[in-house]
Amino acid sequence: MGNSEEYQKLEGKIFTKSFFILLSVVLLGFYFVGVRYVKGIGAVSNMSDGYPWGIWITYDVATGTAIACGGYAVAILVYIRNRMQYHPMIRSAILTSMFGYGLAGFSVMVDLGRPWNAYNFFIPSKWQANSAMFEVALCVMAYSTVLILEFLPAILTSIEQSKWERMNAVRNWLHPRIAPDRQTMLDKLELVRLGAVWLKPRLNKVLIFFIVLGITLPTMHQSSLGSLLLIASTKLHPLWHTGFLPLLFLLNCVFIGYAIAILESIISSYSFKRPFETEELSGLAGLIPFVTVIWLCVVIGDLSYRGQIGAALKGDFYSGWFMTEFLLIAGGSLLLFFKKLRRSPRWLFISASMIVLGGALYRFNVYLIGFNPGQGWRYFPSFAEVMITVGIVALEILGYKVFVALFPVLPNTSAHGGQRHQKKPKGKKAAEPDQGLSQGPLQPAMKNIN
Amino acid sequence: MKKTSRRDFLKLAGATGAGLLACGAGGALANEGTQVNNEELGMLYDATKCVGCKACMSACKRVNSDYGSLSYEKAKFDTDGLWDAPSDLSGSTRTLIKLFKESEQRWSYVKYSCMHCQKPSCVSVCPVSAMTKEKVTGIVDYNKNTCIGCRYCQIACPYNIPKFQWEKALPQIVKCDLCKNTNLREKGISACAETCPAGAIKFGKRKDLLEEAHRRLAENPDKYVAHVYGEHEGGGTNHLYLASMPFNKLGLPVIKPEAPAEFSEKIQHTIYKGFIAPVALYSTLCFIAVKNMKGHKGHGSDDHKKEEK
Repeated sequence: MGNSEEYQKLEGKIFTKSFFILLSVVLLGFYFVGVRYVKGIGAVSNMSDGYPWGIWITYDVATGTAIACGGYAVAILVYIRNRMQYHPMIRSAILTSMFGYGLAGFSVMVDLGRPWNAYNFFIPSKWQANSAMFEVALCVMAYSTVLILEFLPAILTSIEQSKWERMNAVRNWLHPRIAPDRQTMLDKLELVRLGAVWLKPRLNKVLIFFIVLGITLPTMHQSSLGSLLLIASTKLHPLWHTGFLPLLFLLNCVFIGYAIAILESIISSYSFKRPFETEELSGLAGLIPFVTVIWLCVVIGDLSYRGQIGAALKGDFYSGWFMTEFLLIAGGSLLLFFKKLRRSPRWLFISASMIVLGGALYRFNVYLIGFNPGQGWRYFPSFAEVMITVGIVALEILGYKVFVALFPVLPNTSAHGGQRHQKKPKGKKAAEPDQGLSQGPLQPAMKNIN
Repeated sequence: MKKTSRRDFLKLAGATGAGLLACGAGGALANEGTQVNNEELGMLYDATKCVGCKACMSACKRVNSDYGSLSYEKAKFDTDGLWDAPSDLSGSTRTLIKLFKESEQRWSYVKYSCMHCQKPSCVSVCPVSAMTKEKVTGIVDYNKNTCIGCRYCQIACPYNIPKFQWEKALPQIVKCDLCKNTNLREKGISACAETCPAGAIKFGKRKDLLEEAHRRLAENPDKYVAHVYGEHEGGGTNHLYLASMPFNKLGLPVIKPEAPAEFSEKIQHTIYKGFIAPVALYSTLCFIAVKNMKGHKGHGSDDHKKEEK
């Protein structure tokens, strides 16, 4: 995807302090995963027969994949709505999607009671098209594969240009007796490089069809994530149980996707000390209200059609959570209507966080908070259960940090700046280094715009 | 309750394509959904006859404990699991008697076990067909060799019947299968119905059970709540109830006559009818995306750009 100069690797060390902090969180999480496999799910989680789905499904799968929809949302924008100026953002969006989905798949394997039977998904005689879960499972597996394919060009570019410094360092670090012969190793690595060189153009030719598949599949399974709860008509609170669940989940993942792309860009700019991509971000942010307004209209229209407006305003436990979710999304979108606020990284961050929180809360409401299996059942996640989820999230962040250093993922700031300058010259970019505009980096950028 | 063709069953057992094609327009589907097969096997539990001796529970455990590797730890002298004293259905208990007491005068026993729905939610949601409904007997059965343990059946079942073995490293779902592979095969009757000393559990075909239930209601209108629970609930169940107390007080939920599975499948099938929508979406998007790429002067696709450098 995209040309190599459009993106750059992040300079700097991989093994920083935060790396080891994250790593210890990951290890703690995986310790509990180990306990779960030895002693059963009941040993680590508070799930029960009344609440058979806890935070692993609610957060890691239902919410995590929505948060991982940045790749989906930005891909729609770039390839379908033809806004090439957002292209520099897509690789990091795809990378987070890849981790989000991959780890959602992993936590499903932790959550499944009989994971060794999961091969039945590939046996046609066992297929069960009535099940939304079947649809979700196949789509998520397919989409994860597509995401890897979409990210592959970054890895191939990296291999192409690699001088194998890290490999050599590892080799030198090994004891001479077990270290492979230097020349043999280099020969083999050269083969890998040639393979990458051979594969890359071929992959690029067909990549667009995978990209489009990567837009179709989330459309299917994000709506099906809503369909999953359609059947729980007696258990899910009427505030959330509606035939529009699939549509609401689909719209929900789109605005979460844009909001998370904004957050992610602001956070990585901040923590990697790179200039903010204010121009792209405010453009993205301008799209969010359109989606959220449709979402809010469907919610209100559906509630009034089913005569549940009263329940929403009742002021009880359920209406409280509903109002929180509703106001977070409505408030966040309201902020984004103001052009001035859209241009400030701080306000962008606030409004995008509100929308992500509200959107995620909607999914929690549907899967957990509004779910009441009957009298006597109660659920609150246990420490171990939370730590498994936290460990998985930490692994996601860790993976992101390592990948942006290993592969060209983040937008190339110099080329990037030039590109923007080409589009619409505006004064308000003093924060960014504009020196590179006139020379080298401009050329690739110009080609890009064509 | 009109007698029905086998269409309902064919639909249930139908393969993916057939299922997708058969169901589409919402209206037509809703009508089909109300069709009920009264030839299926079931049980009629009369709470007013039950004496709460729990003989059915221990019979169930004795007969079924070895089947389906439902082995759970119990003392050697306790082969009936009599001292299990479970407080709810669980990964080792398929049927249970409970007492609901409002006052010294108003109380009732109730028996929990799988309702064997006409249109079971668990069968509808199971992604790998581990839950199945038998064509002839209507028994809702579970196959642990297919089950992936996703517990969607637990989410879906409005009666909270399927139970999961939370404490096991190799868990499975546990639910009543009407002694399909044990007592029913050997003696033609479920163990609980065979054992019940009070005649509170009647085993038979749904039509006979319904007839019997309505006869009892007509004979003793004062004794019963004038309703056969399960006749219409959630599209009808094969396990029917008579009681002297309102059923929701006995822990049996109020459920609309439309099966929850009808509602969800209707929507799922409308979206995925014949897989047309996803294919149409994909081709439209491909068209737009490729066109957009062409629009970028000579770059066949955006991704070709990098080669042209």
